[in-house]
Amino acid sequence: MTQTSRVTGLGLVDRSKPLDFTFDGVPYTGYKGDTLASALLANGVRLVGRSFKYHRPRGILTAGSEEPNALVELRTGARREPNTRATVAELYSGLEAKSQNRFPSLSLDLLSINGLLSPVFSAGFYYKTFMWPASFWEKVYEPMIRRAAGLGRAANEADPDIYDKANAFCDVLVIGSGPAGLMAALSAARAGARLILTDESFAFGGRLLSDVTTIDGMSGVEWVKSSISELSSLPNVRLLPRTTIFGAYDSGTFGAVERVADHVAVPSAGEPRQRLWHIVAKQTVVAQGSTERPIIFGNNDRPGVMLASAVRSYINRFGVAPGQTAVVFSNNDDAASTIDDLVRAGVTVAALVDTRASVPEAIKLRARKQGIRVFEGAAVADALGGQRVSGARIVAAYGTSHTVGCDLIAVSGGFNPNLQVTTHLGGRPQWHENLAAFVPGALPKWMTVAGAANGVFSLASCLGDGAKAGHAAAVAAGFDANATAVPHAEDEPINVSAFWHVEAAKHKAFVDQQNDVTAADVRLAEREGYRSVEHLKRYTTLGMATDQGKTSNVNGLALMAELTKKSIPATGTTSARPPYSPVSIGAFAGEHRGKHFKPTRLTPSHNWAKERGAVFIEAGMWLRAQYFPKPGETDWQTVVNREVTTVRSGVGVCDVSTLGKIEIHGTDAGKFLDRVYINMMSTLGVGKARYGMMLREDGIAMDDGTAARFADDRYFITTTTANAIKVLQHLELCRQWYWPELDVQIFPVSDQWAQYSVAGPRARGLLAKIVDAPFDISNSAFPYMAAAELTVLSGIKGRLYRLSFSGELAYEIAVPARHGELLMRKLMSEGEEFGVTPYGTEALGVMRIEKGHVAGPELNGTTTAADLGLGKMASTKKDFVGRVLSQRPGLADPNRPRVIGFKPVDRSARLRGGAHFIAKDAKATAENDLGYMTSVAYSPSLGHWVGLGLLSQAESRVGEILTAVDPVRGETTLVEVVPSAFYDAEGARLRV
Amino acid sequence: MRINCPFCGERGNDEFSYLGDASVVRPDPASPSAADEFYAFAYERRNVAGPMQELWYHTAGCHAWLVVTRDTRTHEIFEVKAAQDVAFGRQKTADTTP
Amino acid sequence: MFRTDHYSIFSVLAEALRGQTGWKPAWRQAAPKSGYDIVIVGGGGHGLATAYYLAKRYGTTNIAVVERGWIGSGNVGRNTTIVRSNYLLPGNIPFYETSMKLWEGLEQDLNYNAMVSQRGVLNLYHSDAQRDAYVRRGNAMRLHGIDAELLDLNAVRAMYPWLNYDNARFPIKGGLIQRRGGTVRHDAVAWGYARGADRLGVDIIENAEVTGFRIENGRIAGVETTRGFIGANKVGLSVAGSSSRLAAMAGMTLPIESHVLQAFVSEGIKPFIDGVVTFGAGHFYISQSDKGGLVFGGDIDGYNSYAQRGNLPVIEDVLEGGMALMPRIGRVRLLRSWGGLMDMSMDGSPIIDRTPIDGLYFNGGWCYGGFKATPAAGLCFAHLLARDEPHEVARGYRLDRFRTGHMIDEKGMGNQPNLH
Repeated sequence: MTQTSRVTGLGLVDRSKPLDFTFDGVPYTGYKGDTLASALLANGVRLVGRSFKYHRPRGILTAGSEEPNALVELRTGARREPNTRATVAELYSGLEAKSQNRFPSLSLDLLSINGLLSPVFSAGFYYKTFMWPASFWEKVYEPMIRRAAGLGRAANEADPDIYDKANAFCDVLVIGSGPAGLMAALSAARAGARLILTDESFAFGGRLLSDVTTIDGMSGVEWVKSSISELSSLPNVRLLPRTTIFGAYDSGTFGAVERVADHVAVPSAGEPRQRLWHIVAKQTVVAQGSTERPIIFGNNDRPGVMLASAVRSYINRFGVAPGQTAVVFSNNDDAASTIDDLVRAGVTVAALVDTRASVPEAIKLRARKQGIRVFEGAAVADALGGQRVSGARIVAAYGTSHTVGCDLIAVSGGFNPNLQVTTHLGGRPQWHENLAAFVPGALPKWMTVAGAANGVFSLASCLGDGAKAGHAAAVAAGFDANATAVPHAEDEPINVSAFWHVEAAKHKAFVDQQNDVTAADVRLAEREGYRSVEHLKRYTTLGMATDQGKTSNVNGLALMAELTKKSIPATGTTSARPPYSPVSIGAFAGEHRGKHFKPTRLTPSHNWAKERGAVFIEAGMWLRAQYFPKPGETDWQTVVNREVTTVRSGVGVCDVSTLGKIEIHGTDAGKFLDRVYINMMSTLGVGKARYGMMLREDGIAMDDGTAARFADDRYFITTTTANAIKVLQHLELCRQWYWPELDVQIFPVSDQWAQYSVAGPRARGLLAKIVDAPFDISNSAFPYMAAAELTVLSGIKGRLYRLSFSGELAYEIAVPARHGELLMRKLMSEGEEFGVTPYGTEALGVMRIEKGHVAGPELNGTTTAADLGLGKMASTKKDFVGRVLSQRPGLADPNRPRVIGFKPVDRSARLRGGAHFIAKDAKATAENDLGYMTSVAYSPSLGHWVGLGLLSQAESRVGEILTAVDPVRGETTLVEVVPSAFYDAEGARLRV
Repeated sequence: MRINCPFCGERGNDEFSYLGDASVVRPDPASPSAADEFYAFAYERRNVAGPMQELWYHTAGCHAWLVVTRDTRTHEIFEVKAAQDVAFGRQKTADTTP
Repeated sequence: MFRTDHYSIFSVLAEALRGQTGWKPAWRQAAPKSGYDIVIVGGGGHGLATAYYLAKRYGTTNIAVVERGWIGSGNVGRNTTIVRSNYLLPGNIPFYETSMKLWEGLEQDLNYNAMVSQRGVLNLYHSDAQRDAYVRRGNAMRLHGIDAELLDLNAVRAMYPWLNYDNARFPIKGGLIQRRGGTVRHDAVAWGYARGADRLGVDIIENAEVTGFRIENGRIAGVETTRGFIGANKVGLSVAGSSSRLAAMAGMTLPIESHVLQAFVSEGIKPFIDGVVTFGAGHFYISQSDKGGLVFGGDIDGYNSYAQRGNLPVIEDVLEGGMALMPRIGRVRLLRSWGGLMDMSMDGSPIIDRTPIDGLYFNGGWCYGGFKATPAAGLCFAHLLARDEPHEVARGYRLDRFRTGHMIDEKGMGNQPNLH
């Protein structure tokens, strides 16, 4: 016995395509075109979930993304998705869904005992309790609360699906494809505008799929088909079904998520599960319809209480009768259509309960013709029944009470236009008294609202409103066309009379069903002074659940207005924050996860280094060779020691292409560099290089590097790897904004040059085999700090700099990046006779610490040139960026910590970065903190650890013994303060 | 937010880096009150609530610095100019001021 | 009968028997008097805490807190609820530790459960250099007597076995944890201080926007508001993102820019993230609330803004960080994103100081550290207002420190607020 509630002859589902699925392990069958909710209802399943706090039985309230109750865990394993709304989950073959937040099972949930404790568990009760003793919060109370928290469970494993991102640009974006949206799309598209039409559902048509309508003599469904067929035939139109516009952002940018493969069990190979769209639209028409409001009455959360519009959706779109005997409870004229549809679906309508004292005659007549009792000026006070509605207690005018048996209560409290997207940019909705609803307030000039979202409710006026909005949007986007004719449709107004909650309710009456916020909670909030609508939300959690208050915010606001005897607009308004409906985190991340979280930059010698067995390390975006183990070398320290020793005794090659490289050209290049470096660069001779230091305008060191001059008007500078982009940006600011009058051009060439350091006493011998004749590489012809343009390897353009970071005789040689790999291979093969070794960033770091050079750990954004021991470099003959502010007392203070060297007193002891310095016999307290260790390395050249650190009164402490304390590692080491140059302090080795 | 770069066309703000208020101008380092002026230049900000001129840099594009006039309350952008042109204009004004 | 102005399990149970009908408003809806000893402008966490400590510890009760909208409508109700004192610099550490200690006794002090939950704040590191930077920080904390522990990879794995260890662009190598750090239910902080201050006689005046200052002979005389003039001997400004606007009314220009910081919460799911985790290689930090929502955030949007909302690039940047670190959350849905106005100072650290106008005091420049600072900011601002001298743990937070070059720059980013 399956699909007992399916109605023959009704609905748009494809009965030729049955789909098997399971819910809580029980197998069922539905059809293509069903949602999980419609398929469950077709199979007679009414109990679908449990509520958050009281674990009350819950069914299906709506047929859309506003659903608060019917949340399930969809799929299993790594694809398990918590809190999926059954009302929007498209049915597919093999779908597996589970109910959530129940123990041990959906029908027997022991935690429903919370409902009995509800007099205690009132809104905000936890703010008043669980305070004693203080330590019990983390140990006892909170674990208890956290065990009960949440609804569904996240997957335990990494999401195996892929996500995609795409950009789209259009003249007109139409959000929503109901009557207003479709007409807007047709108008704009016919005018020639590049159009994007989105709908969150898998089928276009909006309410036209759920209501029985006639447009231009054809059924609404036929009209949708013909309209979509016209739109898809136009080259200027992109249709995006299954796509939710989740947010409006600045300058007409929208975020949208397209559910590409959520309607299949597993995406096909390479297919994304979802795609995040950035849509940039010149004009936008918001036509997202409206959401029906429930009425607050007793037990209004029982399975079987359903929004009237949802009842009609299930009947007309899905061919499902959501009950056998219905009571219709309403405050508006829309009840007439609900009755018609129920009757057509063979559902007995036991009563029409209308809160209005006088129901329009036409509706009464239609009801009575069907033998339906009509209660005017009446209300359903309570739903009866436990896990399913079994009746309605109706309180009629004059207080008489009637019980009517039913298993379905179709409720309508009026309609809230779906304005969420119009409020994302700060728009404030306005209260419309006649419609008893908020309508759009001021909008950005590129946004209009049409149809029910605009407070326009009859079909004819929706079509007209949409046509007008679409045409206007096209015109505003620059298209000149005549307005499109509006098709003919009925124009029955829907009168509504505001009605929010039933005073006579005896049972719990819910305002926010998912978060179990009752009318009593709202009263309590009012009593305790949480009267602003925001306080109400935050105190009671009303509207904070996964349905984002779509069916509860306005009701809560109205209830508070009644309690405080203020008008609704004086009480507050409803503005929404993105997303419009919840969006997978994976979709936002797209492909930026795992190894592809950020791009990986590879150096020109990367492939060669990989072949060579290098161990790589992430250095910012770069992947650099850290060290090059030889076969048999298992310990990284051994490798690094060998690399250092080989450089110091023979020759080594290190890829330093990651340095920032910038050409500075122009007749004022020297003058320009004088203003950005603290030292003089205009005096640099052609064919020479010089070390330089730049400050930020606030007087703090920004970066260091070298400048080489190749012609009077042509310099080449390098920056540190980390600051390559920042320095370029700074130089461009100086050039374009500070001193536009200077004749200077700046060319970033970081990626254009492969650059290798060739270091060690045998470097000259090796390079002599690389540079082309007649270049003279001898010490006299090409001394320390020389720079030259030349050719290498038989005609490859190159540059050679006699620079040394290692402290040895050393060069940096550069060739166009495309020749970088070749050059490295040549250096290795030609270097064999010299015992050449490649060396990585570790050995590079060891040698710079041995030499006492500062690097990233010292250039930490808070140190001045003087702190780094480079104060004397600053020229006093000129101004430079940072000069003035570097003279502030706080920065010029001679007692500031400065860079100095450290050796362990016990030469076998290890030094640690991040250790703090304390006077030898002082206590390890903050008052005695003298500084900290910035960089450490084991020096194979000296045979012990060496360190650099920032130390107060550093120079005067040379020779002093201090304690380096490292409490987080539990270590204490005695260290001796020494000058920072550990190795060849006089610099003899680099000049040979 | 989209910025209409005069050289590259309209691009998303993720292509740009922000520096801040373009109304503060680097003072003359030779001024006798340079210390005060540089302090104000580097630290004091009007922090306008409303239309504000500000410096943006087209990092992922042409590397031009731009002066963007933007309302800080609504993020609406009214005008985008090349900073170099604005700077030249400023210098010209300064030159002609007696 | 239990007093229902005192909160306890007993009063809750007693009230349960009579339908919770006996509760009184948590704070009175006060109408402004003509004058007060002290007027605090800004009914956020800081302003309310200041009023509370002034009344409780400094014996001044003739105080009004003037709030433009509803109390707690600013950053105290729009943050990611994290509390910690894992700071680096001596100018900051004692202050934030004072705050931490006040958090630890807050609920008993206020008789209001703000759910101060010390489940630990873990900062992950991904390189040796980052490790040493965290070691430096952890050691600085330890020298100040604050808890900090260095965790190696195995220890991190034991705590959070499901982070992305094996397929990461920036592999996790370990972390620094402050176990006393954690989260606090943010709104409850505003309400708890409001109730505490109200019970000590402080007037909390909502829906009163300050439109100007009355300054006579260089001395403050009171504030003009949309509910009329309110006289005051002293006025304290504690208005976060609105600092510059109000300062301008008093003729001051501040070293502050207003920026938007976005924050995010997911749908409620069964708890699996115990403490706070920060990703060292991306702009992402996360915790899970007692309702089950994942609460997370990242960098500020990076441009001056008075709109309480941000844009897509930063949202994507943050969520990319989330997926890079926690690939199991791909199918969890983002429920809501929002923006708060950050009063970003020029060195990333706050200002609690006198102003050049006699009787006008300023508390601001909190960047995105304002929430965790709430109790200490309240205490120190109260101290300054009452004693006219800085509290000892807030001595560095001077307004003139940029002029003298005594910046407190934790990140080393200099005078560019959007980089702090």
